[in-house]
Amino acid sequence: MSSRDVVLARVRRALADVPRGEGPGGLPVARDYHRVHGSRTSAQNVDLLAENLADYRAVVHRTDAEGLPRLIGRLLAERGARTVLVPPGLDESWTAGSDVTLVEDRASSTPRELDAVDSVLTGCAVAIAETGTLVLDAGPDQGRRRITLVPDHHLCVVRVPGQVVGSVPEALPRLAPDRPLTWISGPSATSDIELDRVEGVHGPRTLEVILLAAGAGTGTGTG
Amino acid sequence: MSGTYLGMPAFPRAAEMSTRDTQLRANLTHATHTIRDKRAKAVAELDDWAQLRAAGAALKDRTLRHLDHYLERLEAAVTAAGGQVHWAADADEANRIVTRLVRETGETEVVKVKSMATQEIGLNEALAEAGIRAYETDLAELIVQLGHDLPSHILVPAIHRNRSEIRDIFRREMGSWGRPAPEGLTDSPAELAEAARLHLREKFLSAKVGISGANFMVAETGTLVVVESEGNGRMCLTLPETLISVVGIEKVVPSWQDLEVFLQLLPRSSTAERMNPYTSMWTGTTDGDGPRTFHLVLLDNGRTDTLADTVGRQALRCIRCSACLNVCPVYERAGGHAYGSPYPGPIGAILTPQLRGMEGSLEASLPYASSLCGACYEVCPVAIDIPEVLVHLRERVVEGGPVTRGGARTVLKPAKGHAAERAAMRAAAWAFDHPDALRSGMRLAARTRRLHPQRLPGPGRAWSRTRDLPTVPAESFRDWWQRTRGTASERGIWPEHGTSSEQRGDAE
Ligand code: SF4
Repeated sequence: MSSRDVVLARVRRALADVPRGEGPGGLPVARDYHRVHGSRTSAQNVDLLAENLADYRAVVHRTDAEGLPRLIGRLLAERGARTVLVPPGLDESWTAGSDVTLVEDRASSTPRELDAVDSVLTGCAVAIAETGTLVLDAGPDQGRRRITLVPDHHLCVVRVPGQVVGSVPEALPRLAPDRPLTWISGPSATSDIELDRVEGVHGPRTLEVILLAAGAGTGTGTG
Repeated sequence: MSGTYLGMPAFPRAAEMSTRDTQLRANLTHATHTIRDKRAKAVAELDDWAQLRAAGAALKDRTLRHLDHYLERLEAAVTAAGGQVHWAADADEANRIVTRLVRETGETEVVKVKSMATQEIGLNEALAEAGIRAYETDLAELIVQLGHDLPSHILVPAIHRNRSEIRDIFRREMGSWGRPAPEGLTDSPAELAEAARLHLREKFLSAKVGISGANFMVAETGTLVVVESEGNGRMCLTLPETLISVVGIEKVVPSWQDLEVFLQLLPRSSTAERMNPYTSMWTGTTDGDGPRTFHLVLLDNGRTDTLADTVGRQALRCIRCSACLNVCPVYERAGGHAYGSPYPGPIGAILTPQLRGMEGSLEASLPYASSLCGACYEVCPVAIDIPEVLVHLRERVVEGGPVTRGGARTVLKPAKGHAAERAAMRAAAWAFDHPDALRSGMRLAARTRRLHPQRLPGPGRAWSRTRDLPTVPAESFRDWWQRTRGTASERGIWPEHGTSSEQRGDAE
């Protein structure tokens, strides 16, 4: 008998008390918890997202399509970034205002090559207001999981309000489980030494989030 | 500490040793109180916590009651997504499987993300015997590993070490494992974290094999979920070519939607955050992104025996948030090491004896390592009635009864005159010699009793009713002590009780 059969047989013997007629979904589960906590307009969702991200020590900026290239250029310059990793499907106009060398992520590039890059710039799939979370699903404007992990500085652009949902229960149906997913809530952090919080143990030490407003308008690039 | 749980003394003796360690006690008290207060705030933000908790409990029960179905479904989904599934009936088999899989890659080094399942089976030691070096990459686990030590808390495993001890360990040990600690390393947490970052980055960037556990596995989709803070998990899960995940069979949840419950319950209960910094989800393998080979090792190792106990099975709902540790007056004084397994505190007191059986003196003493104050039940995000299981297991120790070991039903002998009973009595004596532990336990109980939910609310209640509830009432600690101490003295097998009794050591 294989171990698979052994374990499954043990499980079945252990469950002799479960009534025969009860199917796998037999035990009812009340889903009377909230889909979302409180009621907010989409603009309020965006504000809450910004607040919760900042609470986790992510740096939050707001702009619109017109102001985006200039803002990205300024943020990269402020960090002295010379090389920036970009996923293959990133909107080219985003980096038009930056005086940096773009590094394309290739399947052949090694983790060491990624380690030598200063910053990474991506979009995201969904952002969750109540928890201050960005979800990346490896889409064309986000790239492979490793590119947002190895460099020390991550710039992430969130289209608001379109990509923002209120809560975790609202986020899951918008995500495809067969894609690799990375949920990010603030920069890497540890509290392992006497519970003192330290940012950036292994992932990026700095997370900057740009909330990109839809439609035309004057670029304000605050932050 | 020897770096392995084998040969751990029974709870009271180990607790006696840690209670004398004032540094340890001060660290633990600070940590548990800080996390406890933060957690209460994080939970209070959600006005539907009670409903989420009931849903979490019911979802876990639904899974456990049809575990065979969900495991088969999970296996099919993982396989369809390009992963390979292995089944391990016990620790030895799991270690053999992982060792073989690593050998097949030709590598002799692996990077690991914190995993209690691999600690439970002693994987690092088994790999070392096969000439394979396993590097722990969680900062706390690194401190524990470099210090030849054992974890003492689920969430913050190195909480028993302070910053200057950590600096000394890094200075002394890092060099023999790879990149040495920087010259002039001070004990500031930021510098220590930076030293760990530099030390481990070398490992991450060259690692070909990663080993992990998982917080959840989704039967419907075959998705595995790892929740973490530092990014070492993401490193281990995405940079190596081969990923081997060792996961207890109880970690499965039925559907993708169910994550909406657990991803709200876990971070707030555990680190007291709205969401932990990083959560990784993967389904089999993805071309060009992450490991090319993915192995899932499904671990039994006593879980099906636990499942067979209709009262004790609720321990398998545990999502390892560690909230119960932080409210436990006994844990606060005894420290995590005293529980003799990777599962310390109240959950360890009910899980370890069930996973390993209660023949040993440590396992028999664990159900007594509690004041039955009920605070653990109150905070548990999946409503495990730990006091109920403790009382049930005490009954087994003293009176014996039917148990399942290695899948076979057998009858545990009553512990009369047996080493197990003596160990249990000593645990009670230990608690009595630490009136602080007992008193604060009682204070907590008095304060929280009116908040205790009545079993499972809503539809879960029907199931509660059909369960084989124990007939013994949840006796108070004092009553139990009065009763059993009296009996033991009359029988003459318990001539003394007090500190001196623990000093005799454990003969068995
Ligand atoms: S028993 Fe409950 S409170 Fe304790 S670690 Fe498990 S889930 Fe958390």
